[in-house]
Amino acid sequence: MSSAENAVTAPSTAAVLREVRPASLPRPALVENNRSFSWISDKICGIVEGETPSWWWWCFGVACFIASFTVAGLTYLVATGIGVWGHRSPINWGWPIVNFVFWIGIGHAGTLISAILCLLRQKWRTSINRAAEAMTIFAVVCAGIFPVFHVGRVWYAWFLFPLPNSNYIWQNFRSPLEWDVFAVSTYGTVSVLFWYVGMIPDLATLRDRFAAAGRVMRARIYGFFAMGWRGSARAWSNYEMAYLILAGISTPLVLSVHTIVSFDFAVSLIPGWHTTIFPPYFVAGAIFSGFGMVLTLMLPLRAVYKLEDLITQYHIDCMCKITLATGSMVGYAYAMEFFIAWYSANPYEGFTFINRAFGPYAWAYWIMISCNVITPQLFWFKAVRRNTTLVWVLSLFVNLGMWFERFVIICTSLTRDFLPSSWGYLSPTVVDIFTFFGTFGVFSVLFLLFIRFLPLMAAAELKAVTPQADPHAGHHHG
Amino acid sequence: MPEQPYGLIATFETTAELYHAAEKVRDAGYRQWDCITPFPIHGLDKAMGARRSIVPRFSLTGGITGFCTGMSLIWYTDAYDYRLTVGGKPFFSPLFAFPVSYELTILFTAFATIGGMFFVNGLTKLYHPVLKYENIRRGLDDLFFVVIESADPRYSPTGTREFLGKIGGRDISELEA
Repeated sequence: MSSAENAVTAPSTAAVLREVRPASLPRPALVENNRSFSWISDKICGIVEGETPSWWWWCFGVACFIASFTVAGLTYLVATGIGVWGHRSPINWGWPIVNFVFWIGIGHAGTLISAILCLLRQKWRTSINRAAEAMTIFAVVCAGIFPVFHVGRVWYAWFLFPLPNSNYIWQNFRSPLEWDVFAVSTYGTVSVLFWYVGMIPDLATLRDRFAAAGRVMRARIYGFFAMGWRGSARAWSNYEMAYLILAGISTPLVLSVHTIVSFDFAVSLIPGWHTTIFPPYFVAGAIFSGFGMVLTLMLPLRAVYKLEDLITQYHIDCMCKITLATGSMVGYAYAMEFFIAWYSANPYEGFTFINRAFGPYAWAYWIMISCNVITPQLFWFKAVRRNTTLVWVLSLFVNLGMWFERFVIICTSLTRDFLPSSWGYLSPTVVDIFTFFGTFGVFSVLFLLFIRFLPLMAAAELKAVTPQADPHAGHHHG
Repeated sequence: MPEQPYGLIATFETTAELYHAAEKVRDAGYRQWDCITPFPIHGLDKAMGARRSIVPRFSLTGGITGFCTGMSLIWYTDAYDYRLTVGGKPFFSPLFAFPVSYELTILFTAFATIGGMFFVNGLTKLYHPVLKYENIRRGLDDLFFVVIESADPRYSPTGTREFLGKIGGRDISELEA
């Protein structure tokens, strides 16, 4: 519309709007069934205060058993040598680095939910942010295992940090691998701090409830971590400012972490890695995989603890839509990589991509494509998003597909570099498989401990998004 | 001589009641007072006439320190203390030092922000007179309180009690110091 036309229609638009009186569309409720403040406290604290359910012990036992695979795999590795991972020239980055990137990526959804959605004032984040942040931290723990043990002599892993040592030599800060050390350790630390600060008010609620119930030991432990929080409005004002700043710095942090992870690849000269699309492509993939994992974790929790009033269909819809958006970005990146490989007219680059799709790892490539490109597209349909079981199954495909994405990137490029004399094929060893399988146990053990002993949802934040929390409820102006 | 109490506490049942009461306490000219709420109430700091939080100053200091630490660490280790030749690249350049300095900026900002928030709020102090009030746990559950301290120049045991009643406060009680 031209500006002249605009000027003519502008006043009449207002008149028309007055005439038709458009219906005000109610926002979907974030806490359903008009729950009261104390209902929210009881619901969330009740999980921590109640008796340990028998399913928890069963899951915990199974998770410990699975985690023992990682312990066994790593013990054998340390006792024998890194050769048990089946790494040999040219593939010195095999499964461990695949697993590292996979787990780090999972963590990104937690920070996205807690930081980016906080800055964008997406209030639906409140019921899932605590668990998603816990997921981030535990995923970083699982991720950290791999590079630390991949250094070979794990007792020298502290060489990664600039600490004075008897060789008088320092780290090479020109290497993206060293940048990664700082990125991942900062990410882990800031995620823990953010998670803990968010939990302080709820820990104080638990402290008071345990004290009232006469459970002194528990009250003292929660009280210690609650740091004497008492809900003072002046403290809330500083707290909210601090929380906002943490969200503000976590946003560039989460984007930088996977960017730097992608530098590990992109700064090298290996065909298929040496591309500028890697940082945004890795970040989108990380968020995509992370939301896959959030759905995988939250849907069963919602069913087990009957949290349907707090994690509503609206929340699931939102998560599915983010998965769809980031999944489409990932799909676009796959297509663009292929296009650029051809357009660059670089024979090595072109060969790498033809080899990815039709070479010895074609099976992995097509698993990746079907899981990451086709699966998320199903979230266009409301019927799919409303079918919780189906959403859960699709989220598993997302997790699977994103593991294969890293596998494809690492293995196809390393097994086919410039000289055919250095070509190879990587098959994982039993130790590889055990160690990776076990990390799901490590993750589950930590997550089960979290849901048993810590407030699963941000109760204070949930209260703040209920209608009765608005001091001007009923008489809105403007 | 009986000890001076810490102050008076009054209970409010809804967010709106507390909000309007806070405006009235502010307008009455009290300075040493506070509200206790189970969650942050949007706009309450304005209703209380509170100043903007000073936490960002800590954050900024932390961020600058972090960035300088990163840059100087890399310069000191790779270009001064032990010069390491790798691939003919310069011993120091702000370009390759940037990612690490960037991460350290964020790390130090996070610590400074949280440390600053703890300091300003007097957290890690596990005790406060308000915590002795028997119903205080509802302040982290579903009730709202206004506390006026006896240290306030306008405080008077009877006048302040009357005032709290007039603005809608219930169960007004004295807090032990």
